[in-house]
Parts: sequence; C-alpha cells; structure tokens
Amino acid sequence: MKIKDLSKEKYLLPGTTACQGCPHALGLKTLGMALGDRFVLVVPAGCTTIIAGSRDKSAFKFPCLHVPFASAPAVATGLGSAFKKLGKNGIPVVWMGDGGSDIGFATLSGACVRKDDMIVIVSDNEAYMNTGIQTSGTTFWKAKTTTSPKGKKEEKKDLALIMLMHKADYVATASVGYLQDFIEKLKRASEIEGFRFIHLHSPCPPGWGFDSSETVEVARMAVKCGAWILWEFDGKFKISTQSKPYKDKKRRLPLADYLKRQRRFRHLSDEDIAEIERRIDEQWKIILALEKVFS
Amino acid sequence: MKKILTGNYAVAEAVKMARTEFIAAYPITPQTTIVERLAEMVERGELSAEFVRVESEHSALAAVYGASAGGLRAFTATSSHGLLYMYEMCWWVANSRLPVVMALVTRTIGPPWNIHTDHTDLLTLRDSGWILAMSENAQEAFDLTLIGFKVAERIDLPFAVGLDGFQVSHTAEVVDIPEQEEIDRFLPERRRDRPFVIEPGNPITVGGLTTNECAMMLRHDMMRDIEKVGDLVRNSGYIRDYDLVEKYRLEDAEYVVVMMGAWCGDAKDAIDILRDEGVQIGMLRLRFVRPFPAKEIAKIDCKKILVVERDSSIGKGGIIATEVKSVADSPVQSVMAGLGGVDVGVEDFVAMFRRFVEGDLGEWWM
Repeated sequence: MKIKDLSKEKYLLPGTTACQGCPHALGLKTLGMALGDRFVLVVPAGCTTIIAGSRDKSAFKFPCLHVPFASAPAVATGLGSAFKKLGKNGIPVVWMGDGGSDIGFATLSGACVRKDDMIVIVSDNEAYMNTGIQTSGTTFWKAKTTTSPKGKKEEKKDLALIMLMHKADYVATASVGYLQDFIEKLKRASEIEGFRFIHLHSPCPPGWGFDSSETVEVARMAVKCGAWILWEFDGKFKISTQSKPYKDKKRRLPLADYLKRQRRFRHLSDEDIAEIERRIDEQWKIILALEKVFS
Repeated sequence: MKKILTGNYAVAEAVKMARTEFIAAYPITPQTTIVERLAEMVERGELSAEFVRVESEHSALAAVYGASAGGLRAFTATSSHGLLYMYEMCWWVANSRLPVVMALVTRTIGPPWNIHTDHTDLLTLRDSGWILAMSENAQEAFDLTLIGFKVAERIDLPFAVGLDGFQVSHTAEVVDIPEQEEIDRFLPERRRDRPFVIEPGNPITVGGLTTNECAMMLRHDMMRDIEKVGDLVRNSGYIRDYDLVEKYRLEDAEYVVVMMGAWCGDAKDAIDILRDEGVQIGMLRLRFVRPFPAKEIAKIDCKKILVVERDSSIGKGGIIATEVKSVADSPVQSVMAGLGGVDVGVEDFVAMFRRFVEGDLGEWWM
C-alpha cells in the first residue's frame, strides 16, 4: 500500500474541537483514508462526541450517528441490517473509547458472539478522558488518574485478547504512532465479513501528561519498549512488522524512558518499573505463544 | 378471518402483517411468547425480517434504533425490568423521532420478583415522548400494533402498545384478522427518508451536540406533534374505528369510572350489574395515556369521577388520577388497586363502585 494511492478527500474537516495533539483526530483522519465513502460511524459518548463538532459546525464529512454510551455495537447491528436489506454497500464502524468498551462490554460481547457485520475500533487512551482523566478498565497499573490519585491498583484489561477469545472474525492492535499499519489493518478488516475489532493505542497529551507535540513519539515509544504489541489475527496470528524487532528483549527501548516521559508515571519507583517490565515480559510470552498456536 | 389467539400471538400476527423488517428482542416473562412466535415466523419464511437475538433489552432497543435510523420498519417487545433496562434507549429513540413500535406486556416491578400485571412499568415512559396505548383484549392488542406503525410513521414518534401480562398476553380469545391485502392498503412500505436516513455516502450527523435552543425546540416540536395523534387514530383508515378513549354507557352517567387495561372487562360487567339496579354509572376507558385524552375527560359531565388504577407513584398516589384531576370538571376520587397483579374481580368492582356512588369509598388496596 502506498499513501499516495489513498483517497485525498478530507473526511475529518480542518478546525475540529479536538485538543492539540489528539490521538483520536489522527485515527479519525485515517479512517477516511482507508475506508473512503463506504463507512458510517457510530459514536457513543466520549471525546469524539466533542470532536464531531456542534450543529452545523460538523467536523465530519461522513455519516455519523451519536448513540448512548453502552449501545454502540448494538446500534451498528441494526444499521448493518438496514444496509443489507436495502442493498447499500456500507460498513458500520463503531468508534469508541475505553469508556465505551467498559460500560458497553456486554454489548460488545453480544455483537461479537453473533458475528454481526461491523468494524469496532476502540481508540484507547487508557482512562476516561472526556470527563477529565478517571480510571478505566484499560488504565495502566500504577498510572495516576483523578479517581486513583496514588495510582491505579488493578491490572489493565486486555481487550484485544478478550475479543480474540470471543472468536471475532478479525482482531488487531494498532497505534496512532504507526498510521500506515493502522490503514493496512483497516483495509484488511474491510475485506473480511463479520465482526472485526481493532484496538487502537491512543496516547493522550493532557491525560497522560506529555507535550501535545509528542503524541506520535510517545505512541511509538510504547511499541519500541514492548509495552504495546502490534499484532493481527485473521485466522492466523501475526506479530506486525513494527513490533517484530521487540520479540528480542535486548532490542527494546528502556521501559523507564517511556514511563518517565509521562506525568502519570513520574511517581514510580525502580521496583514499580521492574514489576511493570516483568508483566510486559509475561505479555510477550502470551503473544509469542499465540503466534505459534494460530500459525 | 377469525382466529383464536392469545394477546401475545395476536401482537406477533400484527407485526407479521405489518411486514416488519427488523426485530430485536430479549426474552422476559410475560413477553416471551411474542418473540418466540416471531422467531418461528421468520425461520419458516412467513416473515421476511431480520431477527436479532440480542444479549439485553438495552441492546434490543439499540439495534432497533439502528435499523430504524437506517430506514427499516422495526419492532421490539419487553416487560417491566426489561423496559427499565432499556430505559435510556427509550428516550434516545423518542428524541430521535424514530417510528419504532414496541409491545409492552405489563408486569410488576420488583423486588419482590413478581411476573403479574401492574401498569407502573408502562407509565415510566409517560414523559419520554412515546405514544402510549393500552389495550383491553387480544383484538385491541392486534389492532393497536398495526395502528401503531401507521401513526408512528406519520408523526415520527415511537409507539408503545401495552397489554396486561397473562390477563391479555396469555389468554386465548377470538381475534378478527383482516386480509393481508387490506393491511397492505392500510400500511404501505415505510417512507425511508423520514425523519432522516443514515446511509453510506450521505454525510449527515444525527444526535450530536447542538445549541440549548435546539434541544428545547425538539421537545417543543414533539409536544406539538403528539397532539395530532388523536386525529390520526380516528382517521387512520383502519378497518375498525378507534379513538383515544372508549365510552361505555357514558351518555347519561352521573357516576363515571376512568380506567385502562384488561380489567376494564370485569369493571364493565360490574357497571352492567349496577345499571340493572338503576345506578347511572358508566366508564371512560383510556386507550391512550400519551397523548393524554384531556379534552375527552374535560367533557365528562357528571356528579363525580372515580379513577381506578393499577399503578402507584410513591409519595403522590395514583398516576392517572393525578392527571385526570388536572383536567376534569367534576370531583375526582382515586383508588389504587390490583398492584402486583392482585386479583380484582367483578364482585370487587361492584362493591367498590357501590361505595363510590354512596360516598363511602376510602382507600381500597386489598
């Protein structure tokens, strides 16, 4: 795939109300590049509700249905049926945050179990950011949020692996640091029928505490230190090109470089960092094993 | 053609004859047999609809919402706790002005667990923007489902058809079913461009942020439009005449009972008994709670009105009585009875109405 061959249409219009350096804005821009005029976005409450704009000042040049927090995949089920029944060539795309996937977890599970025709993208900034940085199911262990001021006590939940075990037709992780990879995965997903899930890692400048010019860099550091692993499952499980070098632990960026870049982790002790590193190593063991199992 | 059908099967039959295109539902007693029957109809190829076995009522109405936003004629059914679980979606559907139809088989809200009829569940929808109808028997459940699609699609508001759990839902009665051609003439294909349609390539946004004035205007317009429902029901072109209320022996009535739902049949028997004794008593039966038949109630010219209702607003009393009092010219007395499905039969109504006429009626309860 070459970037120059993709649609030049601006699906996310200039001048949105997204924060500077917003990872969702990067992701939304990319959606249009990958899927063109075929997709319809279903958006539950979250940052993207704001980014979409108000009244006639819409930021979207694609159809968008705003829906209650826990409902998005079910709404996409209904929309997808309407497209099929009325002979329209469209893909319902659910675009939600980690909040939507917490409160709407049963909805997500139901749509996946039924293999309803949709692409679900969880743009995960690892906390409830729209309400002002509260702990979510995917918040990193020890990360400070406004509802866990001393750092989160529980482990983050691994949505993509959960969806893999739900037998989704397509599952991938992606990162706003590697948009070309995200586009390729969206294109791959759009070629498959059924329930498709992409877990998009979306570092949030105000939520994580780094400069708004560094979103892409921080996202890439997460991949380079091995904390975020890019992979894809379409019947076979493959570790994506960008993550492949980091199968070898020696090639990974020092974890502290990634963590200390963020205000939410500045309080970590050396022991905490060592513990996080141990957990990342465990995660790699699982991912490498899955690559063998689904080879 | 006449068929023997339970209220639930009558609703399913109406949904089939409406050529409904999308159904999503989660089973809950006493609604279950509606969706079981619909699933059978779809699997047998009698009904060309998508039937989605969702994992919750919230998702049932969410999926119906998506299908309706995409242009399909869509239906769901629920009861009590199912309704409460989908409550958020009920408001979302109403404010989106989508013409969804839902059957609501009334059931007591717990705890304690109780599967029997009580109208408080239906009345939780009172302020949402749904058109609320309540049937007395299987025939009405059938007719109101079809009228529901017609009216909802004309006025762009969702329509709930209430039917009493077990008393109507599971009681077999003779139902007069029109020919499919008659229904097709009455209810043509849904106009898919109303109120909006979400489709690929059409870059509109629905439901997002807007000005406060827009939000207020929306509720204003809903309020204005729901007032047209009375005329639409009266002039719907359906094979049987319908109105927001039914008047039973009302012409010369000095005492008027206002009620809704299945038990009105027993209450009418009680009225007949008292009439035989020379008591001038009649009934105004509410077939619709929203829009509230205010004009019809204001027109009642009698000595006094008794509202008998199977619902409760804790801290205020009977919900319907409160509303009737706000528009009636005559003095209004209120009785809450039959809550939790407690049986109230003809003899009870005879005793209750007699005490009402004699000015000797206090609280009723059991």
